[in-house]
Amino acid sequence: MLRFVARRLIQLVPILFGLSILLFVWVRALPGGPAQALLGEKATPERVAAIEAQFGLNEPIWKQYLAFLGRIVRLDFGSSLQTNQPVVDEMLRRFPATIELAILALLIAVAIGIPLGYLAAKRHNTWFDGTSVALSLLGIAIPVFFLAYLLKFLFAVKLGWLPTTGRQDPRLDVAHPTGFYVLDGLITGNPAAAWDAFKHLVLPALALGTIPLAIIARITRASVLDVVNEDYVRTAEAKGLQARTVTRRHVLRNALLPVITVIGLQLGLLMSGAVLTETVFAYSGVGKFLADGLLKRDFPTIQAFILVIAVSYVIVNLVVDILYGLIDPRVRVR
Amino acid sequence: MSTLSPELIPNPDEELIYAGEPNEETTGGSQWREAVRTLRRSPLAIIGMIMIAFFLVVAIFAPWIAPYDPGDGQWLNQITPGNYPGPSAEHWLGLDQLGRDVFSRLVWGARQSLIIGVVSLVIGASAGILLGLIAGAFGGWIDTVCMRIVDIMLSIPGLLFAIGLAALLGQSLTSVMIAIAVVNVPIFARLLRGQMLGQRRADYVLAATSVGVSRSGIVFRHVLPNSLTAVIVQGTLTLATSIIDAAGLAFLGLSSPDPSVAEWGRMLTDAQSALSTAPMLAILPGVAIVITALGFTLVGEQMREALDPKYRR
Repeated sequence: MLRFVARRLIQLVPILFGLSILLFVWVRALPGGPAQALLGEKATPERVAAIEAQFGLNEPIWKQYLAFLGRIVRLDFGSSLQTNQPVVDEMLRRFPATIELAILALLIAVAIGIPLGYLAAKRHNTWFDGTSVALSLLGIAIPVFFLAYLLKFLFAVKLGWLPTTGRQDPRLDVAHPTGFYVLDGLITGNPAAAWDAFKHLVLPALALGTIPLAIIARITRASVLDVVNEDYVRTAEAKGLQARTVTRRHVLRNALLPVITVIGLQLGLLMSGAVLTETVFAYSGVGKFLADGLLKRDFPTIQAFILVIAVSYVIVNLVVDILYGLIDPRVRVR
Repeated sequence: MSTLSPELIPNPDEELIYAGEPNEETTGGSQWREAVRTLRRSPLAIIGMIMIAFFLVVAIFAPWIAPYDPGDGQWLNQITPGNYPGPSAEHWLGLDQLGRDVFSRLVWGARQSLIIGVVSLVIGASAGILLGLIAGAFGGWIDTVCMRIVDIMLSIPGLLFAIGLAALLGQSLTSVMIAIAVVNVPIFARLLRGQMLGQRRADYVLAATSVGVSRSGIVFRHVLPNSLTAVIVQGTLTLATSIIDAAGLAFLGLSSPDPSVAEWGRMLTDAQSALSTAPMLAILPGVAIVITALGFTLVGEQMREALDPKYRR
């Protein structure tokens, strides 16, 4: 097992190296060069020269790359062109919002997606199966921001059940020790604030969770269909095990293995989807901060966001992969 | 995706490697004939094809279908804040915030989506196919390098990668097309490499090798034509995601800043402020995107099932 983990960790090295090269090239390719891009509208020849000296942009390219690596490791991404504050601070302040949103979206996707896929497979070739397949295809074909609009229009604008925008009613006087608003409400003994924050989360999370839901349902269905035809399931049935035992011990245990991996892959969708969803709901997470920065050409923010998401995406999938190896010994020997 | 063992996941990518993989009984022609027969029996495929046909007709004949110019705002005087004239005999779907004919904009938006989708697909697929062919044909360290490049590209979530590229290239249609094309590259590179590996032991490749056909001959005359079905299936599905991603980039303001250009994603952005008073301004372009993307998804999925023996249970 240790060797398996070590092998996976070693495979990570070229990816992270490649990723750093890619981002380095990206920064070099910015319009007007990196110094100009970092300064934005404040760029004057003197300032550009000062930045070039400060960041060693006149040094040989390999030295620049090493300096770039050094800054990344120290999480020094420069200042946001939107707020003039260090990008790291801006991101740290907003990440709890996005994580809160992504967790609820993923919970929705898993809690509905897996049972839906399982039931569809169990009722293979019935109207239920057909409907769930059609719905999951629709879930994949609908752009997340359009779904966000529809939900917002229906449940917030028309029916008025849920708030249209934001993270919390601004009239509430609440302390935010962690930045996770639902959690904050609970730990400061303010259930009303927690409930209000939760209500603000529901619609964005539904919008964000729908595509992962559709994907998880499809994979679960395909995986269960694969497993129920296996010899060991037939053997289990033949030796007279109860249907419930066969389902729990033999079908689900094996069928859910690939689903775990696919759940790990949803992080990418959730993070890019957050950029669009948070924009529709004016939800102040990192996604909206990035979206707002795009037209202001806030390159330090864009760079930091892509780097953070890509690295966490790679690491999450590595962890999922290792977990998979723990659960399924066949993976380790490959 | 990079560090996973994809062979253990029944995910669409993995299945694709086997999609349309030729075997002894099914050579090119008969395989397609059978697929067409299966598709004609599938109601989902027929619905999908109707959606695609509708989209293509609107996109291709946009100048004849649209009654007005999509950027023409000459009816601006009929607009008051919060009040946009709805459907009328003159303007079938009403006017938008800038006094432009919504129906004409929807029609021209179809053409825009088709252009972006096809151009980014052709560029991305060609580059990806080439990369996959090189990796599969040479193997060894070349394969490793090519596949590492693919892994690195896949380590950034697709839409995010496209956002980064489009932001770098500036607001324009071209940058949207390039950004989406780049995101499509690793998908096709993986597909083609998988095809090459799968066909390496096929009888016709062995036969060709034994009579002394060169490596490039085998790649271009045997493996590539035999991978065509898988490429077409993936291309159909990729068109759907490309159109959705293009709308997403336009929604974020990364597409052409020219207001006379009609784009579905941008129409949704523009409609944002009028959601409570004129929801149709957002719903119509959204539905147009869904119909188009769903059409390509349905047909792609059904084609995959029809061509893949694994699905015929």
